Amino acid sequence: MTIDATRGVPDVSGHFGRFGGRFAPEALMAALDELTTAYDTAMRDPGFRAELDHLLATYAGRPSLLTEAKRFGEHAGGVRVLLKREDLNHTGSHKINNVLGQALLTKRMGKTRVIAETGAGQHGVATATAAALLGLDCTVYMGEVDTVRQALNVARMRMLGAEVVPVTTGSRTLKDACNEAFRDWVSTVDDTHYCIGSTMGPHPFPMMVRDFQRIIGVEARAQTLELTGRLPDAVVACVGGGSNAMGAFHAFVPDTDVRLYGFEAGGGGVGSGKHAATLVGGSVGVIHGMRTYLLQDDDGQTLETHSVSAGLDYPGVGPEHSWLHDTGRATYQAVTDAEAMDAFALLCRTEGIIPAIESAHALAGTLKIGPELGEGATVVVCLSGRGDKDMHTAAEWFGLVAEDGDAL
Amino acid sequence: MSDVREASAVSDPGPGGRSEPVAQGDDVREASRGAATAFEKARSEGRGTLVGYLPAGFPSYEGAIAAATTMVEAGCDIIEVGLPYTDPLMDGPTIQDAVHQALTGGIHVADVFRTVEAVAATGVPTLVMTYWNPVDRYGVDAFARDLASAGGSGLITPDLTPEEAGPWLAASDAHSLDRIFLVALSSTDERLAAITDLCRGFVYAASLMGVTGARSAVDTGAARLVERTRNAMSPGASLPIGLGLGVSDGTQAAEVAGFADGVIVGSAFIRRLLDAPSPEEGLDAVRRLTAELAEGVRR
Repeated sequence: MTIDATRGVPDVSGHFGRFGGRFAPEALMAALDELTTAYDTAMRDPGFRAELDHLLATYAGRPSLLTEAKRFGEHAGGVRVLLKREDLNHTGSHKINNVLGQALLTKRMGKTRVIAETGAGQHGVATATAAALLGLDCTVYMGEVDTVRQALNVARMRMLGAEVVPVTTGSRTLKDACNEAFRDWVSTVDDTHYCIGSTMGPHPFPMMVRDFQRIIGVEARAQTLELTGRLPDAVVACVGGGSNAMGAFHAFVPDTDVRLYGFEAGGGGVGSGKHAATLVGGSVGVIHGMRTYLLQDDDGQTLETHSVSAGLDYPGVGPEHSWLHDTGRATYQAVTDAEAMDAFALLCRTEGIIPAIESAHALAGTLKIGPELGEGATVVVCLSGRGDKDMHTAAEWFGLVAEDGDAL
Repeated sequence: MSDVREASAVSDPGPGGRSEPVAQGDDVREASRGAATAFEKARSEGRGTLVGYLPAGFPSYEGAIAAATTMVEAGCDIIEVGLPYTDPLMDGPTIQDAVHQALTGGIHVADVFRTVEAVAATGVPTLVMTYWNPVDRYGVDAFARDLASAGGSGLITPDLTPEEAGPWLAASDAHSLDRIFLVALSSTDERLAAITDLCRGFVYAASLMGVTGARSAVDTGAARLVERTRNAMSPGASLPIGLGLGVSDGTQAAEVAGFADGVIVGSAFIRRLLDAPSPEEGLDAVRRLTAELAEGVRR
């Protein structure tokens, strides 16, 4: 197993074409330089990679399975659907891949504390888990709105010993949690590492998180070849900040015959204005330390986003996705809340797998593009997380419980 | 487009009654309008420069102009007009509250330029402090052009580092605007040299590792940062150093003026306005604080 990075992009200053870079307070520049150096050194150190590979194999549960979803595929125009089972990882999502890498780096840099932002709580739980494992202090910032809709994950993080800080500024969701984490980091950078959870933020985060996540695509590529004898026709993932998608795509980027599809949160529909589909409905600007597509108004103020999925409820997107979008290498489309929830239910009923609502966007996308790809085509779908955390939302959406929480 | 501004700057010798410093070369506009003139004047009076910050649109469009005007009348040498932004990740709760109030009140970038115009009419150099995205969205050159047209002196850019500043360096040159980058306690000597090399007007030294907001004491590392910044400048450079973050009263202002060229105060003014029972009492409190700080920089 390898996490070797084949780096065509970014350049040394962290630019993917015109995207990425570092739009950060001067106070953080020294820490970003330190991190870049520590990361480069670590990736060239066989000892670091062996330690990470060992944790991924014996703790996170890698390699994750590739499961063929035959009954689901019948609903997607008869394509052959191969689910990359990141939901089976320890902590229930792909987030652990990145967090173990960054937590080991934190120790290497001699820091004793990690902070994180979280939307759905999956990255927060993964960070709290790695912190517990490696003996690091941990503070997680979470929008107040998300602490309510993902209350179970708040309890999980606290059980793991993390401090969870509900963020009450702005829209009280993921972007505001990011703001608050940056504010913490500016004050604590001497002993604290900001463990960013997606392929976003100032350089080197988009590159580093991608490299830690590219194991998804590396495994899926080999597993698909072994299973089918050839590369898939398409790779599909949901895109919020974009780390599971970047992880799934990256190993396939040079395989130009493999189509890459990212599905963003369309909320109530892109036309309604209530969505989080950054690449489909946004414009280029600067947010959270990077140049990328974002949802903004004419004055450059960040727009509020809307999605049934807390993990995709973010107005920006990783800069490498902006680059893949501009170059046309990947195709990005929006999936509405309703389409995602229908796909959520369909996977439950056809395969006995409850997906995260985030991942359900990728499933809904598969139902859309399947007929275009044609019967018999092979599609790898990144099932980035499991849906245990979403049962409250699903129960409300589908009317599975009465108002007082009792079974109907 | 510069005629009006030049004329007004030349005709107004400033409150100190001194004539403006002689412009060097043919760059008359820069010398007459830039923040450096205020530092020059204070230095000639043997005191520190007082820089006051307030977001446009807070507590209201008119209220911000009234407060800034009061700050000038009571002794601020330079005004920083904040451009309210939805994601102020360098700001603490006080400025977040003010900015939220300004945005909720419907403030737009065009209103910020009008605010600058009104404040600059008082005769002091008026800068805009802004996160980068609103400038990027407006168009860097167009923003510089319209800021200059409004009589603004330049920009303070807390999340724009020299590495990403290419378009702004060109636009600020084209429109003769000050460009004030920040230095931090964590900046290496190499970065201090590179940053001060690009600054025009002054360099903003962040006195502590943290977000904006009043503090009870000035960080002990602040004086050392000012010293390191001065030492990092190329020989012969006379770029003034303003120190900000955490300064809230006359005693702290006096302490900072002892080692820095200028004292930058923001959250303490906003606190006065947030806490005031009425707009009039808010302005009175701002006037008293300004007088206290102005006395501090003269100790």
